[in-house]
Amino acid sequence: MQFGIFSVSDITTDPTTGQTPTEAERIKNIVTIAKHAEEVGLDVFALGEHHNEPFFSSSPTTTLAYIAAQTSTLQLSTATTLITTNDPVKIAEDFAMLQHLADGRVDLTLGRGNTGPVYPWFGKDIRAGIPLAIENYALLHKLWREHTVDWQGKFRTPLQSFTSTPRPLDEIPPFVWHGSIRSPEIAEQAAFYGDGFFANHIFWPASHTQRMIALYRERFAHYGHGQPDQAIVGLGGQVFMRKNSQDAVNEFRPYFDNAPVYGHGPALEDFTRETPLTVGSPQQVIDRTLGFREYVGDYQRQLFLMDHAGLPVKTVLEQLDLLGSEVVPVLRKEFAALKPAHVPDAPTHAALLAAKTAASEKDEVNA
Amino acid sequence: MNQRTLAVVSAGLSQPSSTRLLADQLATAAVAAAATSGIQLTVTVIELRDLAHDIANHLLTGFPPAALKEALDTVEAADGLIAVTPIFTASYSGLFKSFFDVLDKDALADKPTLIAATAGTARHSLSLEHALRPLFAYLRAAVVPTSVFAASDDWGADSADGMLRTRVDRASAELAREIERRDPVSVTDPFALTVSFEDLLKNP
Repeated sequence: MQFGIFSVSDITTDPTTGQTPTEAERIKNIVTIAKHAEEVGLDVFALGEHHNEPFFSSSPTTTLAYIAAQTSTLQLSTATTLITTNDPVKIAEDFAMLQHLADGRVDLTLGRGNTGPVYPWFGKDIRAGIPLAIENYALLHKLWREHTVDWQGKFRTPLQSFTSTPRPLDEIPPFVWHGSIRSPEIAEQAAFYGDGFFANHIFWPASHTQRMIALYRERFAHYGHGQPDQAIVGLGGQVFMRKNSQDAVNEFRPYFDNAPVYGHGPALEDFTRETPLTVGSPQQVIDRTLGFREYVGDYQRQLFLMDHAGLPVKTVLEQLDLLGSEVVPVLRKEFAALKPAHVPDAPTHAALLAAKTAASEKDEVNA
Repeated sequence: MNQRTLAVVSAGLSQPSSTRLLADQLATAAVAAAATSGIQLTVTVIELRDLAHDIANHLLTGFPPAALKEALDTVEAADGLIAVTPIFTASYSGLFKSFFDVLDKDALADKPTLIAATAGTARHSLSLEHALRPLFAYLRAAVVPTSVFAASDDWGADSADGMLRTRVDRASAELAREIERRDPVSVTDPFALTVSFEDLLKNP
């Protein structure tokens, strides 16, 4: 099982000090945070994509390539890449390029984006979100698998004899996760292609995640990719820890109360009860996270949101220390002990390459 | 007897409130009217006062806390609705509107609905027609012709056999008749697939 962190790249004023990091500070801090994730033994760093303030991450592959150059094992991913407003041709090119630079340590999570004003800036309409996601991904999927592509669709200029370059590393497309909070069409899309499904999980009650994952697993089997419990599932999570749980609550509360998305709304206690947010001791985080498995089954990737709402970088790095030293080692052991042998791990480039090599050797033997 | 459900939404704030009193009168009359047609109405009353924080939180977070979720589901699954608000500043109360703002836009489609309001003075009585009726028309509810307005005067000594009683009975009978005319409500599962992926691919 993979463990990691994801960032939405918000630039938020620290409510306890009134300090707001500059773009330059926040961008460099993200690199520090990603590198530290590898140092403390995490597997994945995923970065969001936004085209509006207060977020900086409009260009995730640039940031991820810079991080790739300074890390050696960290899997680089996105949370999410906008399949609606980006040109699928540019996504194909950018991520194949990143694959080469990062020696294959790349996958991506596709999402539609729910910020209405962003769509028209890119010539699109949010009301066509699902059709855009379906058509754009159909093209992206083709561009990574066919050398010369002819294409005609509803949303972009037709392509004739187009080759997306560079080609995917070792002719293996980056593994794709499809993210959605509650659109069954996207669970269906992930299942149809045999891709992964990532549930954001953190801003909504667990019952939503449970239903979406169940649908994805059922349809994954329907399309012949394996048994329902062999589908590839990722979950978001959100935690804040201190040795003593009351210290965690006291320290996190002002950040929670003023956070983007849910700030100035429910009490911390209510939100902790209603959603997977856990604020407390490392042991509480371990118990809560292990509990996710009870409603989604054995899953492959757990990402935590650690650096939002104006938390200072020093605090974020301390949180990563706790995650790496006290939480993830226990979770790895416990999840591994529970997982049946026929449940696969999340595909990595190395694993996909090994499978491809084995398959071609088998073909040669049979020939 | 056939079993049907009636949701009663009351946006009264004081306890007891005249809004709740009117809601209860309407519900009792609707149960009685339905019974004459062989329908047993099960009534669930939703006091929006109890859900005020949840409604604000839903507006901010995008999802309903458990108690509000239950109330929204109750309204969506009900065979009929009675919606009663106090008139504040010449219209429905903000709390009343916010509840219907977070309700799914299709939840009231073709649902027999009785609208009612209370206020300090009869001068506000047309609020039902210029504020509530358009709101429920937008939600495609099947609003019965008689709406019921009660001012402070209507709760006085002569009201027991007066105009209010007549309107309550007439409106409730209209509501019961609309419930009777329809099949029981079946709620669609928001997580259910309604289109095949092949069709999605063909017609993006």
